[in-house]
Amino acid sequence: MKNVNCLIIGAGISGVSIAYNLAVKGMKNIHVVDKGYFTHGATGRCGAGVRQQWNTETNCILAKKSIEFFEHAKEILQYPGNLEFKQEGYLILATSTQEHEQFIKNVQLQNSLGIPSSLLNKEEALKIVPHLNTDAFVSAAFCPTDGHLNPFKMTEAYMLAAKRLGVTFSFFEEVLKINRDGQVIDSVETDKETYVAQIVVNAAGGYAAEIGELAGVHIPVYSENHEILATEPVEKLQGPMVMSFSKNIYCQQVPHGAFLMGRSNPGQPHDHDIESSWQFLDEMAKTAVEILPILGKLRVVRQWGGSYNMSPDRQPIISATDELQGFYIACGFSGHGFMFAPMTGLLLSEIILKETPTLPVEGLSLERFKHPRDFTVEQSVV
Amino acid sequence: MNKNDIIICRCEDVTLQQIHDYLDQGHTNFEDLKRLLRVGMGPCQANTCGHLIQKEIANYLNIKVEDVPVHKVRPMILGVPLRSIAEGNDEEC
Repeated sequence: MKNVNCLIIGAGISGVSIAYNLAVKGMKNIHVVDKGYFTHGATGRCGAGVRQQWNTETNCILAKKSIEFFEHAKEILQYPGNLEFKQEGYLILATSTQEHEQFIKNVQLQNSLGIPSSLLNKEEALKIVPHLNTDAFVSAAFCPTDGHLNPFKMTEAYMLAAKRLGVTFSFFEEVLKINRDGQVIDSVETDKETYVAQIVVNAAGGYAAEIGELAGVHIPVYSENHEILATEPVEKLQGPMVMSFSKNIYCQQVPHGAFLMGRSNPGQPHDHDIESSWQFLDEMAKTAVEILPILGKLRVVRQWGGSYNMSPDRQPIISATDELQGFYIACGFSGHGFMFAPMTGLLLSEIILKETPTLPVEGLSLERFKHPRDFTVEQSVV
Repeated sequence: MNKNDIIICRCEDVTLQQIHDYLDQGHTNFEDLKRLLRVGMGPCQANTCGHLIQKEIANYLNIKVEDVPVHKVRPMILGVPLRSIAEGNDEEC
């Protein structure tokens, strides 16, 4: 039996950011528990992109403020390694007039929030990515301060900074039971230890719904497999991430030289599958070769899958829970938990410590799903 | 021999010293080392470094090498150009 002030379930990017932010604000005796190896979940399986081009105000602001943190993350967290942060933009292709018109609205919203995105015609887009197939798109949106960040290194940076502030971690330890004393959290049992804690944070990524069930709290999220592949590394060829919602692709060359590309599989079942399929490889190869023909020469060295934890409006849940005092949630990132992590940690630490949040957090609450209404659903998701 | 001069992962130029530095930080499984050092992420997909690192982990933890979990094997077995995949399928249609 161990007493802790705060137990965080999940040592992915959200969990380590929450731990770090709480520790910076002075909380002592924080423990983070994870059932697998380092970044085994969604964080370590993501596409490593960070972008601000969204079509809901909440996602835009979360992304913008997170990028502002990433710009100084190495110094703030005193990380000795290389975070491989690069800001060479996201070039998002419109492939129809309808999509072009949606992008006009998106760019207006983003600009109103201080995000420096703009609409480009074909010629302008080709100046930025000359190897684009000119027949594959009609126009594009571009934000030069979007980019790339190494998920493993970013997670390690947060973890090392949290450790220096006294946070402890245990891996390969699985939460089996969450005990409550009426409406108040009491303790958490794992396969190795029982933790008595007044504050428990569910940052379990793909397994957030299950951790919620253990605590008797229903969280309306589900997980689905999204696949991705990596090519052999080559000399620098492409600066920005190239993306298309209608063509169902994101593709970027990381600083190491490899190209990472992913797409979603329509009709993917809602489960914890994270395996690789030949269907993905086939569709991904066709899409990539159509849009970026020169990439056809690159050899695929590896493919893998990871869970998107989907919320009903494709925006995160960063929230306390009304029915269980001391139980907090950061989940439902719908494929974008990595790029929002700085704000996830900041906002949830403010909620936990009952400080005035940096941003209004009502739109991120679990409560928002309890009152049936039309959500503003994020559409800009691959 | 200096551990900085011993290359364990030849695809990604990772040295024995780098492996030991992370073992000392508690990353005593292949999956952690892969994510932090890129061992096994290159063209050979751990076919070379996999068993070498397994031995280093066994020595470090003073356990039998067969008790060290092997790394997750992912497709592809060999690198295949994207165009071959894309066009190979067209011929079947």
